[in-house]
Amino acid sequence: MLIPCPHCGARLSEEFVCHGDATRQRPAYDASDEAWTDYVYLRDNPAGAHREHWYHAAGCHAWLVVTRDTRTHQIIGVEVAR
Amino acid sequence: MGYSAFSLLKNALTGHRHWRPAWRDAAPQAQYDVVIVGGGGHGLATAYYLARVYGVRRVAVVEKGWIGSGYAGRNTTIIRSNYLLPGNIPFYELSMQLWEGLEQELNYNAMVSQRGVLNLYHSDAQRDAYARRGNAMRLHGVDAELLDRAAVKRMLPYLDFDNARFPIQGGLLQRRGGTARHDAVVWGYARAADRLGVDIIQNCEVTGIRSEQGRVVGIETTRGFIGAAKVGLAVAGNSSRLAAMAGLRLPIESHVLQAFVSEGVKPLIDTVVTFGAGHFYISQSDKGGLVFGGDIDGYNSYAQRGNLPVIEDVCEGGMALMPMIGRLRLLRHWGGIMDMSMDGSPIIDRAPVDGLYLNAGWCYGGFKATPGSGLSFAHLLATDTPHETATAFRLDRFGRGAVIDEKGQGAHPNLH
Ligand SMILES: Cc1cc2nc3c(=O)[nH]c(=O)nc-3n(C[C@H](O)[C@H](O)[C@H](O)COP(=O)(O)OP(=O)(O)OC[C@H]3O[C@@H](n4cnc5c(N)ncnc54)[C@H](O)[C@@H]3O)c2cc1C
Ligand SMILES: [Zn+2]
Repeated sequence: MLIPCPHCGARLSEEFVCHGDATRQRPAYDASDEAWTDYVYLRDNPAGAHREHWYHAAGCHAWLVVTRDTRTHQIIGVEVAR
Repeated sequence: MGYSAFSLLKNALTGHRHWRPAWRDAAPQAQYDVVIVGGGGHGLATAYYLARVYGVRRVAVVEKGWIGSGYAGRNTTIIRSNYLLPGNIPFYELSMQLWEGLEQELNYNAMVSQRGVLNLYHSDAQRDAYARRGNAMRLHGVDAELLDRAAVKRMLPYLDFDNARFPIQGGLLQRRGGTARHDAVVWGYARAADRLGVDIIQNCEVTGIRSEQGRVVGIETTRGFIGAAKVGLAVAGNSSRLAAMAGLRLPIESHVLQAFVSEGVKPLIDTVVTFGAGHFYISQSDKGGLVFGGDIDGYNSYAQRGNLPVIEDVCEGGMALMPMIGRLRLLRHWGGIMDMSMDGSPIIDRAPVDGLYLNAGWCYGGFKATPGSGLSFAHLLATDTPHETATAFRLDRFGRGAVIDEKGQGAHPNLH
């Protein structure tokens, strides 16, 4: 799997660390237990397009949001995480 | 017809022309008491115990492909009950005891082979962790032996004991662990369930879960609607997709795990060995191939194939452990999808929708759980109460902070 890093170009996936689902949003500190449980544990886990964090550990050290098809591993889009 | 030495001889003498199919290829009926989705080991075992132990009569197993075409048929067949936590040990030990009597129970040769499972340790800290695990096992009546370096050397002299980075100090051995023939487990449960009247419906994909007034009433399939008083999901890597049909999100991610088989060689490895300093485990099949694997690839996947970095990592682990395998050629290699739960332990529970039941989150260890999972899930489906060995496998444990985290690592879908 090659991941096209916006800074470094297409690089082997082993240069990156995958940090999973990028759609989760950390709730406020005083949010309900349900909101925290949802954030920490529950996942959509789609078969298809999945937005996920990849960290370019052996490269530019940027955090990326990669959109990848979980059925084919095809990379649909890459942007720098913010 | 029961299988026996006599039936084998009789059929041999008549040229093996009179064997009958081991199970019927059933067509869906309009209504069942219980429909199990997923014709893998867990689904078929559940149906068998529902009929056999709990006397539920109208049971169907609905499978999108043919039975055993999922991960039941793609795993590396290791069975063991060497767990640490009280929520897990009794359940996996129940499973191990069921394995020990399975072939007589099913009248089917599942090739259960108690050749032992040896987990190696390479540091003092790891020895202490294994001593603790072994003690926890023994306190629950499970066999465990802590071996020192000399004892491991007597068992497996060919390991790289003096590896510069990861010298082998010893291992934790469960002699009752071993392997079983995965396909035969599926076929044995299917045949036994079929004989008790269970309908095994193949090539029938579930596309929806129908509910009325908040209660599940049946499933939509590619072969039409099938009514059911209770629906049990046992779809392993596809658990999130099926749960989504009932509007649920699970504490599960689907990940790919790869496995490998070498060319066949003479008997070489007579046990199951795991490398403790990386992730590599190996055994030898009866055909002679070395069967081995390691870590999941580490990203969400439904693709049933992995990538090269993990292949390299697994092979490096193998070379660090037993350099003698370095010149063997790889014959086959494949990937399967794991339902990785967020604490590494399974879920056998009622779903928050009436009439729907979950059996999921098996990570990379669901094969060994097949008999216990089937019995516990059948118990839950029949009685609406958890089986006594599966009381910890609740869906709400995540929100309650009652996770069963064998690794003590916190929420992450790479545990098992
Ligand atoms: C490479 C690899 C190695 C492994 N090694 C081991 C090991 O050594 N020891 C161990 O204990 N475990 C191991 N496992 C894990 C083990 O294989 C699984 O946990 C276990 O097989 C899951 O239970 P099952 O057999 O019921 O699943 P499956 O056989 O996958 O059954 C689920 C069934 O559901 C069906 N299904 C899915 N969606 C639908 C639908 N919409 N409609 C109808 N049917 C559907 C699938 O086709 C499938 O047949 C390994 C897994 C892999 C991939
Ligand atoms: Zn980069």
